[in-house]
Amino acid sequence: MGLSGKDLIGLRDITAEEIKLILDTAGPMKEIIARKIKKVPTLRGRTVITVFYEASTRTRTSFELAAKYLSADTVGLAAATSSVSKGESLKDTARNIAAMGADVVVLRHPMSGAAELLARSLNVSVINAGDGAHEHPTQALLDMYTVREKKGRLDGLKVAIIGDILHSRVARSDIWGYTIMGSEVRLAGPSTLIPAGIEKLGVRVCRTVEEAIEGADVVNVLRIQMERQQQGLFPGLREYSRMFGISPERLSLAAPGALVMHPGPINRGVEMSSEVADGLQSVICEQVTNGVAVRMALLYLLIGGSEQK
Amino acid sequence: MKLLIKGGTVIDPVAGKINKKDILIVDGRISGSGHNLSRSGAEVLDAKGKLVVPGLIDMHVHLREPGFEAKETIFTGTRAAARGGFTSVACMPNTNPVADNAAVVSSVIKRAHETGVVRVYPIGAISRGSIGEELAEIGDMKESGAVAFSDDGMPVMSSGLMRRAMQYARMLGVTLISHCEDKNLSSGGSMHEGLVSTILGLKGIPASAEEVMVSRDIILAEDTGCRVHIAHVSTAGSVRLVRQAKSRGVGITAEVSPHHFTLTDEAVMGYGACTKVNPPLRSDRDLEAVKEGLADGTIDVIATDHAPHTVEEKDVEYDLAPFGISGLETAVGLVWTELVATGVLTPLQAITKMTLNPARVLGIPGGTLEAGADADITIIDPELSWEVDPKLFASKGRNTPFTGRLLKGLPWVTIVGGRVVMKDCKVDI
Ligand SMILES: [Zn+2]
Repeated sequence: MGLSGKDLIGLRDITAEEIKLILDTAGPMKEIIARKIKKVPTLRGRTVITVFYEASTRTRTSFELAAKYLSADTVGLAAATSSVSKGESLKDTARNIAAMGADVVVLRHPMSGAAELLARSLNVSVINAGDGAHEHPTQALLDMYTVREKKGRLDGLKVAIIGDILHSRVARSDIWGYTIMGSEVRLAGPSTLIPAGIEKLGVRVCRTVEEAIEGADVVNVLRIQMERQQQGLFPGLREYSRMFGISPERLSLAAPGALVMHPGPINRGVEMSSEVADGLQSVICEQVTNGVAVRMALLYLLIGGSEQK
Repeated sequence: MKLLIKGGTVIDPVAGKINKKDILIVDGRISGSGHNLSRSGAEVLDAKGKLVVPGLIDMHVHLREPGFEAKETIFTGTRAAARGGFTSVACMPNTNPVADNAAVVSSVIKRAHETGVVRVYPIGAISRGSIGEELAEIGDMKESGAVAFSDDGMPVMSSGLMRRAMQYARMLGVTLISHCEDKNLSSGGSMHEGLVSTILGLKGIPASAEEVMVSRDIILAEDTGCRVHIAHVSTAGSVRLVRQAKSRGVGITAEVSPHHFTLTDEAVMGYGACTKVNPPLRSDRDLEAVKEGLADGTIDVIATDHAPHTVEEKDVEYDLAPFGISGLETAVGLVWTELVATGVLTPLQAITKMTLNPARVLGIPGGTLEAGADADITIIDPELSWEVDPKLFASKGRNTPFTGRLLKGLPWVTIVGGRVVMKDCKVDI
């Protein structure tokens, strides 16, 4: 059994079996990372190109490490953010990639739909490493891997996602992933940052952060971008922190042993206090390790199994 | 020169009648109609099984000339119009330079005479440069042949300027066409705000962005007594507002574009930029409301908002693509398939909204088959099924969301001033 598509664009169009397969495959990958010599020959001779139109050292490094641990060659394609606005760059990128003969392209792009556009114009696999406010599927997969590892299951768990849902591709991928796997998802954030019709995805939109956290097994906190305040979407960070910041008191409303998660980087004192971020319930550092394992699993499943891709 | 259109089903919006008869054209004018007219000395068009209607009028197109000739020219745009069955089009002023003065208006008319195959009526800008700051020379432009005024695509945000424009237009007896969009509510958006925009992570344009401005312009129309035409109505709320305004006697009219009664925001799934249009494709509920508005007469006119773009401009990330659909060559097929075949409109209602009503809104000739009128006539084959293939368009704009769609109903012949400018999809002039 493998993945049904050549690409991973989002979790909206993926099955529970496929998610399970990726998470199951990530287990042995994590063991490789724990070894002293972290290199297996699985993807020798294969090439992974990372194309990042947005700076994200963390995600890019995670993908590059994942590829290297599996012995794939990695190339980072310089994609200046400024050239995006000219419009021709993504098509040109696609042409260049096709000419270079890579096996997998990892794309990060500030505009929703870019990964799908690229995947449609390429025969090789495309992994979406975040496109606009659309999806960031590998982040959601590593979130789910982390939760499943700690809690032993996803089905029936209560997951609270807190913050700027409107602009968050992580939130969208998490919502698809968790609901497909049978978790109950609750959202809380400033009402100006809750997108239209989101409750139709089978999630509960809570009026207060307390309502969302109450009895939750997972508290997944999103990063709030300063520019949203400049755009007038919420009045200020102080008020945001008071109304939506995760403090130890708020966290105490969650189920015993609830996990605190964050896709990083954290604005300490805004989205959550340092006490919470560094506390016993925080699995934020493990998320980073698991990210590499999940991405290894994905690369393996997309191009490792057979030659006839 | 005699041309006899024989045996067709004639739809006459002025008389409000449909009957089988012949129409005789002599020297560019309709000379008469009746049964079994003599064919002596006349070229004959056998219209049996076809609909013979007044030349269709599209009161909302973008011909792009001058300034954006890569997207469309008057040459190609009028050929697209002829293929679409249109004998007259009114073109929007958002060219480069903007049609905000008599010189540009005159040059468009001149170019249309030199290169066009259908009648072209320029619409002048409301404000200088369409930047919404000071009134353009509306009087001069009217004198030069502009038939209405609009800052389409660059809506007048200042209520003060819009009110003055209406007062001024009322003095001149001309109609203002309002593209209703509050930029404060829509800016940065690229599709309808709703579940689909949420799923796709695209910034939404709420229905209220349109409705706020429809309300404003109704209030100002009532205040000033100016005739105001609401362009491309797309939301249920706008339909309701126009309906209420009409019932209290406000002098407003409204149009809808075929894509807004055919597609919803669901079509944006997959990020195909040919679905990116302003106003955006809306919800199911809006689509139904627009159809109700067409049926009960709230919406007077069907206009394409033909907005051609190059392939390169559209084949990009959704947020980067320009707004617009190339609509001239699919309009009749969509009207017949989506509205007439489904019983939303009778053939007479549909034709009235594409002929007589736009002629009245703009105050231009057309919409009639009476003896003595210019022989602008369209013959439609209502039974012909065809598949939309933008590669066959006469328009340079291949940007249609209807590629591959099966439609029933296609213009067969377009006659402008007694001259056949299109037959069997071919424009040979
Ligand atoms: Zn417009």
